[in-house]
Amino acid sequence: MSTPEIAVITDELEEKRSLVAKTWDLCRRQPLGAAGALIVIVMMVAAALANVVSAYDPELNDLEHMLEGPNAWHWMGTDEFGRDILTRIIYGARTALAIGFTAAFLGATGGLVLGVASAYFGGIIDLIVQRIVDVVMAFPLIIMALVVVATLGPGTENVIIAITIPFIPQCARVVRSSALSIREIPYVDAARALGFSNGRIILRHMVPNVMAPYLIMLTAFVGQAILLEAVLSYLGMGVQDPTPAWGLMLKGGAEEFLESAPWVSIFPGLAISLAVFGFNLFGDALRDVLDPKLRRM
Amino acid sequence: MKCFNPRIAIAMVIGFALGLGAVASVSAAKAQKGGILQFVVAGESPSKDGHRETTYATIHPYAPMYSVLIRVNPDDPQSSDFVCDLCKGKVPKPTEGDTKYTFKLVKGVKFHDGTPLTAHDVVATYKKIIFPPQGIPSARKAFFKMVESVTAPDNHTVVFKLKFPSGAFLPALATPYNWIYAKKDLDEHGYNWHRDNVNGSGPFMFVQHQPGALVEGKRNPNYHHKGQPYLDGFKALVAKKMSVRIQAIRGNRAAIEFRGFPPKARDDLVNALGDKLKVQESDWNCSLLATPNHKRKPFDDARVRRALTLAVNRWEGSKYLSKIAIVKTVGGAVFPGHPLAATKEELTQLAGYGTDIEKARKEARQLLVQAGVSNLTIDYNNRDVDQPYKVVGTWLIDQWKQVGLNVKQTVRPTPQFYANLRKSHENDVSIDFNCQSVVNPIADVSKFLCSAGNNYSQCEDPELEAIYDKLLRAASEKEQRSLMRQYEKRALDEQAIMGVTLWWYKINPHRAYVKGWKIAPSHYLNQQLDNVWLDQSMM
Amino acid sequence: MYAYIVKRVLLMIPTLFGAAVLVFFLLRLLPGDVCEVRLAGTGLYADPRDIALCREELGLDDPLATQFVDFVGGYLTGDLGKSMWTGQPIEYEIGLRFKLSLQLAIMATLVAVAFAIPLGIISAVKQDTWIDYAVRTFSIAGIAIPSFWLGIMIILGLLIVTQKLFGAGWMPPINYVSPFEDPLGNLAQLIWPAVATGYRYSAVATRMTRSAMLEVLREDYVRTARAKGLVEKLIINRHALKNALLPVVTIIAIEFAFLIGGLVVTEQVFNLNGLGKLFVDAVGNQDFALTQQLVMLVVLIFVLTNLVIDILYAWLDPRIRYA
Repeated sequence: MSTPEIAVITDELEEKRSLVAKTWDLCRRQPLGAAGALIVIVMMVAAALANVVSAYDPELNDLEHMLEGPNAWHWMGTDEFGRDILTRIIYGARTALAIGFTAAFLGATGGLVLGVASAYFGGIIDLIVQRIVDVVMAFPLIIMALVVVATLGPGTENVIIAITIPFIPQCARVVRSSALSIREIPYVDAARALGFSNGRIILRHMVPNVMAPYLIMLTAFVGQAILLEAVLSYLGMGVQDPTPAWGLMLKGGAEEFLESAPWVSIFPGLAISLAVFGFNLFGDALRDVLDPKLRRM
Repeated sequence: MKCFNPRIAIAMVIGFALGLGAVASVSAAKAQKGGILQFVVAGESPSKDGHRETTYATIHPYAPMYSVLIRVNPDDPQSSDFVCDLCKGKVPKPTEGDTKYTFKLVKGVKFHDGTPLTAHDVVATYKKIIFPPQGIPSARKAFFKMVESVTAPDNHTVVFKLKFPSGAFLPALATPYNWIYAKKDLDEHGYNWHRDNVNGSGPFMFVQHQPGALVEGKRNPNYHHKGQPYLDGFKALVAKKMSVRIQAIRGNRAAIEFRGFPPKARDDLVNALGDKLKVQESDWNCSLLATPNHKRKPFDDARVRRALTLAVNRWEGSKYLSKIAIVKTVGGAVFPGHPLAATKEELTQLAGYGTDIEKARKEARQLLVQAGVSNLTIDYNNRDVDQPYKVVGTWLIDQWKQVGLNVKQTVRPTPQFYANLRKSHENDVSIDFNCQSVVNPIADVSKFLCSAGNNYSQCEDPELEAIYDKLLRAASEKEQRSLMRQYEKRALDEQAIMGVTLWWYKINPHRAYVKGWKIAPSHYLNQQLDNVWLDQSMM
Repeated sequence: MYAYIVKRVLLMIPTLFGAAVLVFFLLRLLPGDVCEVRLAGTGLYADPRDIALCREELGLDDPLATQFVDFVGGYLTGDLGKSMWTGQPIEYEIGLRFKLSLQLAIMATLVAVAFAIPLGIISAVKQDTWIDYAVRTFSIAGIAIPSFWLGIMIILGLLIVTQKLFGAGWMPPINYVSPFEDPLGNLAQLIWPAVATGYRYSAVATRMTRSAMLEVLREDYVRTARAKGLVEKLIINRHALKNALLPVVTIIAIEFAFLIGGLVVTEQVFNLNGLGKLFVDAVGNQDFALTQQLVMLVVLIFVLTNLVIDILYAWLDPRIRYA
């Protein structure tokens, strides 16, 4: 009844409206980014609710219904074990996201730590870190990942490691160059002069300032990791059957029955493309918003 | 609105293929000369030396360049009788208490470089195979344990003297890797020369090898089987991916593949190519096994191992897997269809082969409870090859789940798969297989013996060894049969040393213009291509 | 300038040495070896003595240090060793496949450049119009679509189209013929993988062209040119493009270096006997000798490409030399 309450409500309303308006404004300025975000959100929801939204068990064989084309019961058809392809794609999103996010997070964070440390301490540490970064970055991504997987053996955890390792130096290099420019800024010197510990200076002053490149690399890595996981699985060196994974679904039977059962290979490929597409659109927009200077990356 | 029913078409084509066997001599009579046969091979041979290699990828491109002493009948490769290639007339019967085999050689045979082929070349070849000098590998010398000596009393006679009579000798001799090399080459160039060089006396002469891509051969005008070969030459194209090989036949980039295609690929090709395609099918002398690790708990307990085999519905599996995988026939330890193999009635007496799967699965669950492991997770080792390992593996996991077993599958690329299977044994159960060339059940079933070099289960069972010893000495087929049943019961049921899942099934769809080639029960056999010809009117 | 070049070349040495150490020891961690694959890979009984013999022949029993010295020492003596699988000299094995990989890399580059430069320029000039959005969508899709899947779809499309048109399915040839012997047959095989990889490659280059153009278009001299009243087309051709080209050339060079050794999956799909397939086969056969030399080759191509780019930049922009 009293005015303050009303005021609070209108404030909230205004805040809400402004949030909606802000979102809308952002969507108008970054339509591609918004589309990307939508794809990413749909994918995350589907992955989270996989057991609710899908009508079948992704691993259970139903040999009575093998290789059926898309129909009312199986919208994307079935594979050679009678497993519903839509279900496997939805569960596959779980695998893809789990691997994509874990590898991207570990890779970008590892890179952040190395990059900041290298820039902050400089000298011999910087030299050594940079030589290691040089070595790892001299390997093409796929070759490095293949060698690592060949060493550790296939399997989900090993795939994550194989994808993470080449990511670390990539991120480290970018973070280092950002951090170097901050290192020379007076307030870091001031902090040092005040006797703050290295850890505190790094955490309080340097890390926040390299968050933009870090977030941009992180988003870019998710898409790359999903693609790389698909490639490794397709080569038989990634996730293993019967775990549903998109790259794995394209392997073997999918190609052998290409002409008579094209749905087995069309839909998983579309899923990979769409997911990576979504993350890239989103990542591009994020980069434009956060740091226009990094356009070239 | 399908114009024709693919199943009927397939049935017709198969019928035609089987019928061809009967009229083999007729079709050979009107064979046309000329043409180059292009075929696809799934692997690349590490070397050109058949004596040291073990893969069919060596046989397919290079066997047509060599002659052998005896071989399976190229016009009837399904029969278990052997015929002479370099020897004259019929394959000789043993003398001197079945310990001496005397082969008379065909005269006038020449190696591709013009050197005449004599008994001394055959002796030098078999000495290399059976008694290789220190440091020279010979993959099948163990097959010839019974041989005491091989000699050449004259230029056209070869004598093998055995230490003891053995029914395994002729099958060993007919193994398609025993290519006759020239003594001159071995003397002059050493025992490693054949790794990179070819000088045989077979129907085709070596033209070129492009590593990773192709092997090419051309007609040998001086071939000792008169009038043969019919082809002007062949090209063996390497294509490691199954899909590429199927598409190669589909798009006529190759006429045939000799290993085997999955059934679904056959159906698709039949649908797409109609009468431009012919399909030949045969049981395959390979069985796919599930090998438990007897040194790991609880698989040291026969009850748990029996539960594994009881859970598997082989009859249903055969019905469905035969549509997607290169497996089909339900069989025991012996190659199905062989006189020593179990009949269907005998089979259904074995654990896991019964017709009432619910009853079997109930028993399996009870056995697991009795063994105190009702909530068991199996660490399962598989090989990263789709056909048939991973396809059957996916099915097996599903079967085991139905008796409450959880399965954690680790698929390993071939090298790590073998390292694990043979040495480190870091698994509870592994996929495994028993693949042989010449059908010879008594030798082939030795895989189940715990003392056998290729038994990777780490088992111990002297009783099975005792049955096998009796089997080796059994004189009559009747006695062999009954001992084989005891052996099978012990190995597959009571002890469940290993589980036979399904036998492989060989399907070779090929362009209909390829004539004269007949399917054998093994992808190692009948690959000299001397009687193959191309029907130009159909090309 | 020379001092800079010398410094950059010397810096390559620790990188290459580090790569050699890394690949050598990573490979040796693997269980199993080439002898297992070769002798036991078919499931027939393999005599352990034969396997031991094979290991001895290949030097797999030597201490790791000895093997490593052999490997690295080979670069000084010019002896790269022999493939453990075929026993052939490694230069021979690689040489055979290099032709195909090089040709494919060149073709894919042509495809990529033909798309990337015009699309990137249009997109930049028409920034934030529907044309720009369309080009950006097209190029992001190119990065998102796995090229091996695109290859599979191309094969499917070829089969369906030729079956409809001619009544018989047509497939690209599966064995390589030199373009000098049979140009048509060569093209029939390689044009499809060139398109499949070229699309991805063009997508990367299009994005680079666009952003480089955008940056240059904002620079002062372009504005001056505009103010002088020069025709837009002339400005783009004369002034903007020339300066925008450097980063574009850079990315094309880096991608080209990648294509020579990195077409690991596309070569599988099309059965191309190139370096990527050789690499997968070598890893599959546990052919350590060949694998490590192939990795070193790819690393060397990469490092050299970067060297050339750096020198080019230093030559164009003297500030870098003294940095």
